[in-house]
Amino acid sequence: MSLRLDVLAAILAMAVATYLCRAGGYAVLRVVRPPPFVQAMLAHLPGAIFVAFLAPVLADGGWPAWGAGAAALLVQARFRITVLAILAGVATLWLLRLAAG
Amino acid sequence: MEQPQDRDRRSGSFTAAGMRRGARAALGLTLGLIPFGLVIGMTADARGLSLLETLLMSALVFAGSSQVVALGLWQEPAPILAAALTCLVINLRLAPMGVALGPVLDRLHGFRLWGSLALLVDNAFAMMVTEMRAGRRDAGFMVGAALAMWVNWVLASGLGHVFASTIRLPPGHPVFFAASAALMSVLVPIWRGRSDLLPWILAGLLALLAHGGLGLGAPWPVLIGALGGAAAGAARDLRAAR
Repeated sequence: MSLRLDVLAAILAMAVATYLCRAGGYAVLRVVRPPPFVQAMLAHLPGAIFVAFLAPVLADGGWPAWGAGAAALLVQARFRITVLAILAGVATLWLLRLAAG
Repeated sequence: MEQPQDRDRRSGSFTAAGMRRGARAALGLTLGLIPFGLVIGMTADARGLSLLETLLMSALVFAGSSQVVALGLWQEPAPILAAALTCLVINLRLAPMGVALGPVLDRLHGFRLWGSLALLVDNAFAMMVTEMRAGRRDAGFMVGAALAMWVNWVLASGLGHVFASTIRLPPGHPVFFAASAALMSVLVPIWRGRSDLLPWILAGLLALLAHGGLGLGAPWPVLIGALGGAAAGAARDLRAAR
């Protein structure tokens, strides 16, 4: 269980940088009142962030990943049980990869 | 626009009951993050980090994809500047999330405000957005959910480090899709109906264009897609309101 000084410094630097991201956006908006257009954007931001995050991930995984993503989405929409949706996504990816050879 | 519950704005802004409810609601999602945490632990072991260093990183940084990338460029001695820049760039996507939580966070002060922001992560954010849209603004809900994910995250990365030599999963193993599947499931409660179609499709297309077409690395596909999609939605909403 060693703790080296250079590693500790790197970890702390990572933590500070990440906290700046977490708090920075809100800290700026607490001071500056956003115009109506930005306020309207904020309502759309949550969904858009996740879609923009997932699309490249699925594209990198090819068609089995798209199928697995769709499976997770459909199971969640139908049953609203997250564990089931995650298992469906992983199982579908496994099966589709087997089918693809 | 103002809701009836705004009459007593301070009450229920951060409750223990909300924290318990959030932690319970997060249990399903934490399961999806276990494989991701194991990967972090295994990667850290391969890069020569001790168990204590691995636990510290997961506990203090608590942001998976930036940890993977930073560990990918790890060296002796530790790359302090490169690791910090990696976190800054990849976690930039968290900044607009904090902004979107305004209605919840505006009711908090001091440690509760800046401490809640310290625990901001994708899945807990998505859960809190669903809460907000249901008219509930208890920040404790997000903190409870995020704390459950944090405990799970630190434990899973520790386990990954301890069992690094025993669990030998190849990088593309289907188990690692669990983290993406968890985010897919998060889309369902966030969906508000047909008006989301335009911003969502545009966000996806712009991200694909930035990623595949222009070959840009993180965080640019996310930022370009999210801001472009949300801007299109906002432009349409304002035109309709006029």
